[in-house]
Amino acid sequence: MILVENVSHAHGPNRVLHDVSLAIPRGGVTALIGPNGAGKSTLLSLIGRLLPLQAGRIHVDGLPVDATPGRELAKRLAILRQDGAVASRLRVRELVGFGRFPHSRGRLTAEDRAHVERALAAFDVMGLADRFVDTLSGGQRQRALIAMAFAQDTPVLLLDEPLNNLDMLHARELMRRLRASADAEAKTIVAVLHDINHAAAYADRIIALREGRVVADGAPCDLLTPETLSVVFGQPLRVERIDGTPVVLHHL
Amino acid sequence: MAERRALWVCGGLALLALAAAAAFLALNIRGNVWFALELRATRLAALVVVGVAVAVSTVVFQTVTGNRILTPTIMGLDALYALIQSLLVLTLGALGYAGLDPRLKFIGETALLSALALALFLPMLRARLDMTLMLLAGVVTGLLLRSLQALVERVLDPNDFAVASAAGFASFNLVHPELLAVGGLVTAAGCALAWRARHALDVAALGADPAVSLGIDWRRLVAGLLMLVAVLVAVSTALVGPVVFLGLLVVALAERLVGTRRHSALLPAAALLAVVVLVGGQALLQHGLGGASVLAVVVEFVGGLVFLTLLIAESRRR
Repeated sequence: MILVENVSHAHGPNRVLHDVSLAIPRGGVTALIGPNGAGKSTLLSLIGRLLPLQAGRIHVDGLPVDATPGRELAKRLAILRQDGAVASRLRVRELVGFGRFPHSRGRLTAEDRAHVERALAAFDVMGLADRFVDTLSGGQRQRALIAMAFAQDTPVLLLDEPLNNLDMLHARELMRRLRASADAEAKTIVAVLHDINHAAAYADRIIALREGRVVADGAPCDLLTPETLSVVFGQPLRVERIDGTPVVLHHL
Repeated sequence: MAERRALWVCGGLALLALAAAAAFLALNIRGNVWFALELRATRLAALVVVGVAVAVSTVVFQTVTGNRILTPTIMGLDALYALIQSLLVLTLGALGYAGLDPRLKFIGETALLSALALALFLPMLRARLDMTLMLLAGVVTGLLLRSLQALVERVLDPNDFAVASAAGFASFNLVHPELLAVGGLVTAAGCALAWRARHALDVAALGADPAVSLGIDWRRLVAGLLMLVAVLVAVSTALVGPVVFLGLLVVALAERLVGTRRHSALLPAAALLAVVVLVGGQALLQHGLGGASVLAVVVEFVGGLVFLTLLIAESRRR
């Protein structure tokens, strides 16, 4: 359960978020969409306490994100940032192992290792496990970072553009896995997505931001209409339905 | 596999360190053996304390700043130390300087150096700092202090000048035993803290955002670690004088030896290597070659070369 109340945020003189309030219940996939600079990443970083809260309140599972000890929160929420730079020279297995830090404080137990191996297999990086992260391609590194966030094994998962650099098959695989863990383990997943059709096919709910405000919020079927999309992106987009799922022909 | 390698490396380095210590104590010993041994043991202890303090502070500093070609002493601390010496000689005269209570001097220097280090490092807490800016601030501060020192030295008479300029170099020969106990205790405590934080340091090396995401209280951790660095640097500088490149040298070598940046391997390896370099080097130069050269100069020379190599390698990689 994520509760965002009256959150505003400014980077210097630029107001990025204006009085945003949201409630995201437990379990399910929520997609944040919107044009560049709409405040999606800022909102996600605020929920994941990577940015200090300037105004408003945010609770995750009833815990205020700005006042709860970091370790407590790290057992409840994992966040994947947009820029996946890894500062130190690490092998992929070590990197994914860091996902267990909130639970084991650095001393990996057998259970931790099992989590790591599962995450490595789940995101198709098992074959890369002994490679150094800085020798990977962008998409491979992205998968390693997602595996690390998954290894953290938290009920809440925040992903900022998880599909970055992924080829279409890995992108589909990731979205299926998000869907499966939301359904089977009741995980709460919030992802910033630029590919609106992935949101349409896999999300339970889409929240659209524009210029720091929530301008649309609802199930993909209801939200993805030419009228709503023109409010969000400033241009009408053609929407077709295939097997009941809306498909936005944004590339035409 | 990596852990086993680190164990082997640390074991080997420990043996080397012991051999170096034995050589340092025993080489060319003449005259009153007990007197000479006591003298040498004091110096040996000083070398060990300084080596460990420099190595540990450099590892921690590099991890926190996310930069592998920095050492905390590059930030102008050596210049402040030299300025303090010159100012003391200026105000007290060479005789007064020599007669200064070493304990008082040590405490004062430690406090001043810690204060400067914190003033330079603390802005880092606000963000995953602008490294370039901090580096620049450190270099400019160093320049300012060095110019001030040059100014002070111009006013000194030749005798005082000789005393002041000798004090500006690291000296491993003159160590006061009473300082050694304090410095050793502080360094031991600092090492224990760094060792306790070894897993947190591994996570901190990922960068600020990933570390926060994994539950690290970034500001508290970094503030604590930087204080630790400041105190360790101040202790080693106050004990023997400024050693600028030693930390860089031993950490870069230790990282290549253990093949990982994991702190549980890197911290002991770097500390042991620093002891080997200092004690072994001093044994060779002072007792083996009969004082043919000054260790501080040799270490700084080699360390400077390593620094340049790292700079060039880093710029090639980009």
